[in-house]
Amino acid sequence: MNKNCLLCGVGGQGVVLASKLIAYAALEKGLKVRTSETIGMSQRGGSVVSHVRMGEEIYSPMIPMHSADVILAFEPAEAVRNLSYLKKGGVAVVNKKAVKPVTAALGQSPYDGEEMLCCLRKQVEQLYVVDGEEICRRAGSPKVLNVALLGAALGSGALGLSPGDIERQLEGAVKPQFAAVNREALRMGAALAQNRPGYERPEER
Amino acid sequence: MAKRLLMGNEAIGLAAVRAGVNLVCGYPGTPSTEILETVAANNQDKRIHVQWSVNEKAALEVAAGGAYAGARTLVTMKQVGLNVASDPLMSLAYVGVKGGMVIVAADDPGPISSQTEQDTRHFGAFSKLPVFDPVSPEEAFDMVGEAFDLSEQYHTPVILRPTTRVCHGCAGIETGESQKRKAPEGFVKDTARWVIFPRLSYENHKKIEARNVELSKVFSSCRYNWIEGDLEAEKGIASGGVSYTYMKETDLEGVKILKIGTPHPFPEELAVQFLTGLSEVLVLEELDPVIEKELVYVAGKYHLPVTVRGKLTKDTKNAGENSVESVREDLSRFLPECKNLRKQAEEADKAGEVPKLPVRPPVLCAGCPHRASFYAVKEAVGQRKAVYSGDIGCYTLGNAKPLDMVDTCLCMGADVTVAQGLHIIEPDAVNFSFIGDSTFFASGITGVVNAVYNGTDIILVVLDNSTTAMTGHQPHPGTGVTMMGDVTQKVSIEKVLEGIGVQKIVTADPLNLSEAVAAVRDVMEGSKVRAVIFRSPCIAVTKAASRYKVEESKCTSCGQCIRKLGCPAITRKKEQVWIEPSLCFGCGVCAQICKFHAIKEVSGHE
Repeated sequence: MNKNCLLCGVGGQGVVLASKLIAYAALEKGLKVRTSETIGMSQRGGSVVSHVRMGEEIYSPMIPMHSADVILAFEPAEAVRNLSYLKKGGVAVVNKKAVKPVTAALGQSPYDGEEMLCCLRKQVEQLYVVDGEEICRRAGSPKVLNVALLGAALGSGALGLSPGDIERQLEGAVKPQFAAVNREALRMGAALAQNRPGYERPEER
Repeated sequence: MAKRLLMGNEAIGLAAVRAGVNLVCGYPGTPSTEILETVAANNQDKRIHVQWSVNEKAALEVAAGGAYAGARTLVTMKQVGLNVASDPLMSLAYVGVKGGMVIVAADDPGPISSQTEQDTRHFGAFSKLPVFDPVSPEEAFDMVGEAFDLSEQYHTPVILRPTTRVCHGCAGIETGESQKRKAPEGFVKDTARWVIFPRLSYENHKKIEARNVELSKVFSSCRYNWIEGDLEAEKGIASGGVSYTYMKETDLEGVKILKIGTPHPFPEELAVQFLTGLSEVLVLEELDPVIEKELVYVAGKYHLPVTVRGKLTKDTKNAGENSVESVREDLSRFLPECKNLRKQAEEADKAGEVPKLPVRPPVLCAGCPHRASFYAVKEAVGQRKAVYSGDIGCYTLGNAKPLDMVDTCLCMGADVTVAQGLHIIEPDAVNFSFIGDSTFFASGITGVVNAVYNGTDIILVVLDNSTTAMTGHQPHPGTGVTMMGDVTQKVSIEKVLEGIGVQKIVTADPLNLSEAVAAVRDVMEGSKVRAVIFRSPCIAVTKAASRYKVEESKCTSCGQCIRKLGCPAITRKKEQVWIEPSLCFGCGVCAQICKFHAIKEVSGHE
């Protein structure tokens, strides 16, 4: 059974590392893995997307439309931008905080994060809105947003991987001095999705 | 052996190491950059000489020299880099090599990070060189070793042309052990072989044509080209590159499939075998209709009653990259009887309504010294008539509003020379040319010589941020470090300009706005070629100095800081101007332009 996870956000938020962690974990489980990443000009504050695919038989490095099991969005508008990748009944884990582009400050492209969250609430059956800032504050580092969100995705169970599978990959992927805060953020994220305050389950809306 | 998760570019670099490569040269360019970096990162014993060359032409020539001496050499670049390297490439194809030489030119359908959607498979045909075209990182890994073997067997450079989705896609790959190879033989004097003359070119041209006929036959049984699917079908699909993987994601039945991994020389015998018995073929490929034209040719040559559809017949799109969805749509039109395809395509059309999304164009980073440099020039010029020629690099982003300081951008180094042409025709304008440090070394210097020699009035602005920023911070001749990890002599931009004969050269720190504006005003007074060197490191190679915040009691919310600079760290919270602390890099430029002194440096953990 193939699993597809689309990760999206804004350049500099740590999207690529999160996608690598999923891919490493899947590879360790003996699955076939393909990913596709945004590298280059669009990294400079632009929209970034990583596709991670794992399973038995995978050809395309990109996830076909309407077939992502999980969308892991670091920013509400980026979740909406990529919503057509989500399969029917799929899970969306979305960071609450909006990142306003320069174009919004200049008044060329108005943007309201709340409007995006409303749209997601209407269209996504399994939506988890995560207060990533709060987890980062509690974990004690602004750099663990990616792992916190990943934790929530794992907690939802939709990736077919456990928080432990990812924890083992953290060792080699982050510097030793940051391993502990990352583990902490991963666990907090997972706990959120396993029914604690700070996220929204469909029935609580 | 366990599989490793490797990006396509890492797979190519590692495959070259496994194949015993001796010399690797290149110039950074998306999507090719990580190939050379991977070799450098897997060179602990320094067995391999790895270098970022000054440009692609230099890289290809250094590698050619190494291959003349019997070494295995690899050259890496993006597709437009091959334009720069085309002079040695075309001639080298006639001369040939002794050691194996593989040229990686990465194409960028879309284009995602490039000026053009050119197709390196055409360059292969133009230069008459063999081309390998991988569908995946795994296939790219395997092709590298075989490309070296083929290169040595036929004494010819071989081109590997991956595309962005192969370069930047990851897959699990078994990498195996490195080959043990004998040391290169060294250069053997043979003027009839290594000195290109018209007579030699004529003789070699005949040999190359004969060789390519032979290679076409060899490639017909090559493991990267095959026929699959329903061999009795009347409809066929031909594909290569990543488009093949998109096709494999669709629910296809009742078609014969041709997969092409060596587009040049085209495997003609295999193509005849494929086309025989078919009435219609759809070709799925990106960039130019290369496979399509080859099939049209083969069908004509062998009088095969088959219609070949693709870009030329407008059955597939002729620009931009393909996707699973675009390929599925193409296929559902081609195979209306295939109901699964239609169903899948219809499902893909269903999408809920979404609010208007914010536009997120790439922007100069918060704290980027280029923003300050552009602003300083804008301030100094004021209402005077001026044209700003820009170049390739992060600073192309200076074209965005509110800076709006890049009026032209063509190709590497063209800012210097385009500015000259503009000025010759319109002498009452002040013509600025903005060039980065890496681009200056790559191809800016000859343009400056041209202006000095011809006495053209231009103001050269070198944006020296001490790195090749856009492609991910590679060192260059001005940085004093090499890819071998050695500290080396720094090439001084000032001394180069002095040596060329530029009379007025001013160096300034762009983050000190009054100094920067004064420097520009100073050079604007003169004539002929004048230069300002704005020197301040890229934020990615330094640590944040401090950060700044808005003092709400002093801020009038006039928004000048936002409207003049377009810094991504400065936004509004409700009406109040707000500097996002996680983004601010402490450049202090906003504090210098605030008339109300409402932006202050934050000390410590305030």
